[in-house]
Amino acid sequence: MAALASFVCGLIFGLGLVISGMTQPQKVLGFLDIFGRWDPTLALVMAAALIVSGAGFALARQQKQPMLTAQHLWPTRTDVDRSLVVGSVLFGLGWGLAGLCPGPALVNIAGLWPSVIVFVLAMTAGMILKDLWDRRVPSAIIVGEVSLSTSTDG
Amino acid sequence: MSLFDPVSALLGGALIGLASALLMMATGRIAGISGILGGCLAPAAGDKLWRFAFIAGLVLAPFASGFLGHPLPTPRMPESWAITVIAGLLVGFGSRLGSGCTSGHGVCGIARLSARSIAATAIFMGTAIVVVAIMRHGIGG
Repeated sequence: MAALASFVCGLIFGLGLVISGMTQPQKVLGFLDIFGRWDPTLALVMAAALIVSGAGFALARQQKQPMLTAQHLWPTRTDVDRSLVVGSVLFGLGWGLAGLCPGPALVNIAGLWPSVIVFVLAMTAGMILKDLWDRRVPSAIIVGEVSLSTSTDG
Repeated sequence: MSLFDPVSALLGGALIGLASALLMMATGRIAGISGILGGCLAPAAGDKLWRFAFIAGLVLAPFASGFLGHPLPTPRMPESWAITVIAGLLVGFGSRLGSGCTSGHGVCGIARLSARSIAATAIFMGTAIVVVAIMRHGIGG
C-alpha cells in the first residue's frame, strides 16, 4: 500500500512539473538568467509548492503516525556543514549548465530524447560516484548509513 | 509553450506541494528526488520498493499529463554532449553530497523552515545564476 501511495505521489509530482513548465530547461534557465529576459515562472511554482507543502506538513505534524507506515522520517540535521555547501555549489554548477535537476530529468525520460537519457545516465553515475567516494573514507560509511534512515534532507 | 503562464505555474506548483505533503502524510517520507533516486542506487538500503514506485510515477506522469491536455514539451538541452554529461555528473554528485536538490531542499526543506535547506537552496540557486550569467552574458558582463 505504501508503495502504491508513493507511486501516486510520484505521478502527481511529475504532473505538477509538466503543467508548471518546469520540465523545460529553457524556462528554468530563463528564471536563472536575471540579467536577461527574466522568466518568473519558477518563483511562482516554488511559492505555490511551498504554501501547499507547508500546510500539508503542518497537518502531518498533527498525525500520530503516517497513514501507511510506522513513523514520520523528518530530517533531523540542523548544521550547515562543508558537504552541504560544497555539494550545493556542485549541484548549482550542473543545474546552471543544463537547466535540469533530478525531478524534471526523470520526467523527461518519457520523451525518450537521447540527450535526456545521456543526462540521466550521467546524473546516475554522479550519484554512484558519490557513494563510492563515501566508501573510501571509513568514517563516512557510518555517517552514510545513518543518513539513509532519518537525517537526509531530501 | 515558453510564454509566461502564471496560472499553469501556480497550478503545477500546487500539485508539486500536494505530492510532497501526501507522501509525508501517507508514508512519512520526504519527497526529495535526489534522495529517492540515490537510495535506489545505494547497495545497502532495504527500503527500495517505495522509491522505485515514486520514480515510476514520475516517469509515467507525462502520459497522465498528455491525457489531461498537457503534453510533454520537447526540452531544449545543451548543444554540446560534453556539457550534457558534465552537467549530469555535477547534478548527481552534488545533490547527493549536499543531501538534496530543488525538491528536497528547495520545496520540502524550505517548507519545514530548515536552516540547512534554506542555505542549500540559496547556494545552489546563487551558483546557477552565476553560471547562467557567465554562459549567456560573458564573464564580467
